[in-house]
Amino acid sequence: MFKSSYLWFRSFLGRFSVITIAIGAFIFGIMFWGGFNWAMEATNTETFCISCHEMEENVYREYKNTIHYSNRTGVRATCPDCHVPKEWHHKIVRKIRASNELLHKALGSIDTPEKFEAKRLELATHVWDAMKKTDSRECRNCHDFKSMDYMAQGRRARDRHIVAFEEGQTCIDCHKGVAHSLPDMRSVDPSAAVGER
Amino acid sequence: MKKKRIYLLIILLQFTITASAVKFAAAADTTEVKSLRGETMIDEPDTAPELKQWQPDRDPIPRDYVQQPPLVPHSIEGYVINVKFNKCLTCHSWANYKESGATKISQTHFEDRDRNVQANVAARRYFCNQCHVPQVNAKPLVDNEFEPVRAIQQH
Repeated sequence: MFKSSYLWFRSFLGRFSVITIAIGAFIFGIMFWGGFNWAMEATNTETFCISCHEMEENVYREYKNTIHYSNRTGVRATCPDCHVPKEWHHKIVRKIRASNELLHKALGSIDTPEKFEAKRLELATHVWDAMKKTDSRECRNCHDFKSMDYMAQGRRARDRHIVAFEEGQTCIDCHKGVAHSLPDMRSVDPSAAVGER
Repeated sequence: MKKKRIYLLIILLQFTITASAVKFAAAADTTEVKSLRGETMIDEPDTAPELKQWQPDRDPIPRDYVQQPPLVPHSIEGYVINVKFNKCLTCHSWANYKESGATKISQTHFEDRDRNVQANVAARRYFCNQCHVPQVNAKPLVDNEFEPVRAIQQH
């Protein structure tokens, strides 16, 4: 079976010259690579992200009230700008990991606002940990501290930024919840929430 | 002769009264109460007031009276205060104020209305911007000569 198809393939190729095969392979390569990247980019758009109601009803609507959606200069960061790495191999790793999200979409793990809220701290912690690990790589695509003009910042921001970067802190250490509602923070910082803890 | 004098006096008096009446009427015209809409008629669209900007980061603002809740000397746009989280307390709580260099909240904020001291910020003091408000670049709408008492005046 295997041998016969191999033989068929050889006789099939034998009908063409080496140059034709080379050109054919070249064109096929372009088509395949282009198609692959096209498909990957198609899953890298806000429209794709919010085609799931889990994203549209929760995180997307919260994000619409934040500065990353609407601000005085009109620069907008959409979902993939913050949640998908720009570098190719990091992007591929993230995309493969995203298959877990497809599984939970199928399982309906967060298919109601109540379920989402119950899992929010866990999900947010995943993102915070990832950003901490990469030194807030996706933030830095726009907010690189090497190109920050501290003199143009407010006195409080300036002091904190200089000290924090010297101590090796990263964006997410302070700037949690800049684009989405925060989870119940009583376990993270009991002093910053109401109630006896 | 005496009659002539009385006539003259009457004419003078009448003149004074008329003059002051005219003056009074004119004065009443200018001091008439104006609505906030000003001269704009009710069927015309009013001109929108100028947009105010939040004041940029600045040093703490001195108090004007002894029990005044201190004003917020920075923008608080996007700061969330709800049952799960209080953005202000991430800097101003007792656990965080030293690291952030912020003013810590007053000890009075830990008491409930019966003066029982709580382990954390009391619910009635939890919503910071009920009392502590940021400032915009607005001018006072009416003149005010209020001055703080000597004890809290800063020079």
